Amino acid sequence: MDYHSPANFAEASALAASATGITRFLAGGTDVLVQLRSELVTPDTLIDVKKIEGVSDIIRNADGSWTIGVAATGAEMSEHPELGGDWPGVVEAMDLIGSTQVQGRATLTGNLCNGSPAADSVPAMVAAGVTVTVTGPDGDREVAVEDIPTGPGKTSLAKGELVSAVNIPARGDNGGDAYLRFIPRTEMDIAVVGVGVNLRLDGDTVTEARVSLGAVAPTVLLVEDCAKAIVGSTLGDAALDALAAAAFAACNPIDDKRGTIAFRTEVAGVLAKRAAKIAYARAKGEQA
Amino acid sequence: MALDDRKSEFSFVGTRPNRPDGLDKVTGRAKFGADISAPGMLHGAILRSPHAHARIVKIDTSKAEAHKDVKAVVTRADFADVPFKPGLEGEFWNVLENVMAGEKALYDGHAVAAIAATSALAARDALKLIEVEYEVLPHVTDVDKAMASDAPVIREGAADYSVPAGMHPNVVRYHESGHGDVEAGFAEADLVIEDSFVTEATHQGYIEPHACLGMLGNDGKGELWCTTQGHWIAQKTCAALLGIETSQLRVTASEIGGGFGGKTTVFIEPVALALSRKANRPVKLVMTRSEVFRATGPTSSASMDIKIGMKKDGTISAAQGVFRLQGGAFPGAPGDMTAMCAFAPYNLTNVKQIGYDVMANRPKQAAYRAPGAPMGAFAVESVIDELCKKLDLDPVDVRLKNAAHEGTKASYGPRYERIGLVETLEAAKAHPHYSAPLKPGQGRGISCGFWFNHGGETSVSLSLSEDGSAQLMVGTPDIGGSRASMALMAAEVLGIPYENIRVTIADTATLGYNDVSHGSRVTYASGLATIKAANHAVEKLCERAAASWGIPTDAVKWENGCAVPSGPNAGDFDPRPLADITTHMGSTGGPISGHFEATPEGAGVSFGTHIVDAEVDPETGKTAITRYTVIQDAGKAIHPTYVEGQYQGGAAQGIGWALNEEYIYGEDGRLQNSIFLDYRIPVASDLPMIDTVIVEVPNPGHPFGVRGVGETGIVPPLAAIANAVSHAAGVRMRQLPMSPPRILAALKDNG
Repeated sequence: MDYHSPANFAEASALAASATGITRFLAGGTDVLVQLRSELVTPDTLIDVKKIEGVSDIIRNADGSWTIGVAATGAEMSEHPELGGDWPGVVEAMDLIGSTQVQGRATLTGNLCNGSPAADSVPAMVAAGVTVTVTGPDGDREVAVEDIPTGPGKTSLAKGELVSAVNIPARGDNGGDAYLRFIPRTEMDIAVVGVGVNLRLDGDTVTEARVSLGAVAPTVLLVEDCAKAIVGSTLGDAALDALAAAAFAACNPIDDKRGTIAFRTEVAGVLAKRAAKIAYARAKGEQA
Repeated sequence: MALDDRKSEFSFVGTRPNRPDGLDKVTGRAKFGADISAPGMLHGAILRSPHAHARIVKIDTSKAEAHKDVKAVVTRADFADVPFKPGLEGEFWNVLENVMAGEKALYDGHAVAAIAATSALAARDALKLIEVEYEVLPHVTDVDKAMASDAPVIREGAADYSVPAGMHPNVVRYHESGHGDVEAGFAEADLVIEDSFVTEATHQGYIEPHACLGMLGNDGKGELWCTTQGHWIAQKTCAALLGIETSQLRVTASEIGGGFGGKTTVFIEPVALALSRKANRPVKLVMTRSEVFRATGPTSSASMDIKIGMKKDGTISAAQGVFRLQGGAFPGAPGDMTAMCAFAPYNLTNVKQIGYDVMANRPKQAAYRAPGAPMGAFAVESVIDELCKKLDLDPVDVRLKNAAHEGTKASYGPRYERIGLVETLEAAKAHPHYSAPLKPGQGRGISCGFWFNHGGETSVSLSLSEDGSAQLMVGTPDIGGSRASMALMAAEVLGIPYENIRVTIADTATLGYNDVSHGSRVTYASGLATIKAANHAVEKLCERAAASWGIPTDAVKWENGCAVPSGPNAGDFDPRPLADITTHMGSTGGPISGHFEATPEGAGVSFGTHIVDAEVDPETGKTAITRYTVIQDAGKAIHPTYVEGQYQGGAAQGIGWALNEEYIYGEDGRLQNSIFLDYRIPVASDLPMIDTVIVEVPNPGHPFGVRGVGETGIVPPLAAIANAVSHAAGVRMRQLPMSPPRILAALKDNG
């Protein structure tokens, strides 16, 4: 196994482009190292991106948007004084992953590029309209988070490409987001269903919404019918029921050791309603 | 209750000093199974079957043997030719077949070959060089399917004499017991409920994986260091499996990071020794977590049918149960234990129980506290709860009405001596938990539980040092704070401070045979032996004092740590403290020590009653345990903190077993969830504070009244939680674990 720690993303991209066999990028390592140790994936080339300058930065840009470095950890996000105020759903989703020790290593980018449909931070990012900067042999391009995963363990990144930054839009006024997941325990578990909701209000009325479902299909879903169900509403019972029905309809889960098709489908609707209520309350400036 | 012939006033027993091994454990100084190495040591790795059931056509180890880092490869041919016998008579054969597959791989994870190499990584990589040709066979993992006429046969000839003719060869042992006439009893009942229940296999989930270091020469002399609940059984078994003399193998038990019954046998130890013998170097073997799940000893899974008749006043007129337990591809599933324990809490006129031991393509089951009892209690106590509900009776009152007491003929045969079930039920009724209001969506469940407890072969030595301190050597690995309890009991007899006694878990060369730390036997049996060994030393101390005073030995007694004249007629001498005698012992007759060995038979059965509140989310089926109280008879709590710890541990493990833990097998017969991410034991935040009440009804069979407490605590939780969840959800849950998908499905079915 070859181990590299390039000084910049262009170099990382070049290394990956010329590597043969299995290549993995190493940030926190909470997936890559575990897979290595359990012999699920033994990379031929390991490219550590943590030595690249600025990768642990969390920056609020002049327009109110955020740039999160690819090695910024869950703990750093949770402890940031302002990020959670703008995007509580994204921060809480990231914070749900693993233990305190894992939080000291795990990253948004790793969670996304691992390609798991059950990744907690991904539905929250999709709902928030987050994009990532992808650096490749031909330079940089910006890609919506929902366009990165293509199936369990698979991404749309081409050979030589890697994520070099996470871009969270400006929160703007009267907006709120939330993420809820279902696990049979209280922590230290993997989502059986995950739901991210992000919305904006005009008065009491929802004017914009993005709803994303995790662990109910081969990839995290952005469900437009869920958004349509609540846009224009004041999130009354009829809108919430329509939201649940749309979530129910969008699910395409599997039966496995973590949950059944019937269970995942049912609970997706339940969590969509609950998450929407939290996002709504947050958009109104209430504690939730 | 006062017992005239028994000590009931204590100076040290019943206090709560710090545990002697605590500092070592919190500072990392304690040496667990994997914390040892030896000069020239090799690392072992085991190749395991990917198939649930397959004939091993050929194993080609030549490529692995040719690798420069590989120093030894072993297969079944490198072990002794142990005779096959049916049932549990052939237990050495069963263990050998489990440790290293013979003609067939019998479950996913079954060991088929092993390698010793110069590094752990090299050993793991070299496994890929071993070529195994399998002929895959049909498999079965479910207990009911394994008994069906069309089930694949795991092994012909494994059934013992007890199995009725005409049963499938996978049924290997049969138990039937009871008394009275159940049909007549059902006829007398005002209500009869008949119902069926299923539980899945669970794992003890001890945090320390199995680990050992073995050294064995071609001269048949060896050393073994391992994490185990019983190093003498490890010694005896390894010797038999390797064809060497038992006494030539010295076994030392490491500190143990949890066992709960799962470390009462051997898995990797004979393999390390076989590799060592072949490589002529020490070999260390450490299991991964996945290996622990796939190839150690989980519980049985169970399928059970219960029928109970009750009169309107709550009297149980008849009770009957059929218990089918699947224990992996070997005899040993405790269907007999399940059957015998299921109705043991009750004073029944008519009772009948049948237990089956059934083989399937799964790993060989091992004990998990009170083996077999929790499943039976789940089924029986669920039906009793349903009867109480339908007859509108209080579940504690009904259990009190039917409770076994001194003189009751137990469902499994004998008459009880003094027992404490009634006291636990009365304590439950009086506990504020039982009358606390419930919120909407919450339910309360109660259950009783029984376990036999055990004595077992025991040998203990105590030696006094010149400065008046004492060394106590016991042979039972400390899995629950027993070193503290032993020191307290020795302190009580010797009259010297707890801190002045160092307790060591001695190796197999130091003491006579000691049975495993199982059966809740350690505080009872090693405790009894400790008391007697200390008394033995006290006799010698009195002899020395008598000699120094020139009076007969029987004119001296031991009081508060001193030899004193036994009465005014014995003479007027100043008391001689222990240290005053030991400081001169070299010149007054030599070292002073005490010893005791026996197989004590008076373990004293144990009962508990648990109260549980559960809250169920009707939209997701998720359960939260909101309050939990354990009430159990300890006989006499030597170190109450550790007794409470045992109670809380049983409840915590029971919560996991009841709600989310299960072995999940795919259609291919392979285990789907062999990591802690998917094998869902409770995390700390899943648990409420678990309250405990220690009831003390002294055991007549122990000098201080001790009953074991390690196992009974796992018996009531499954039923108590199922009753609480069933009340909270409004639907009877008959299958464990009560995971959210199962509860949600039950709610949907219920409309």
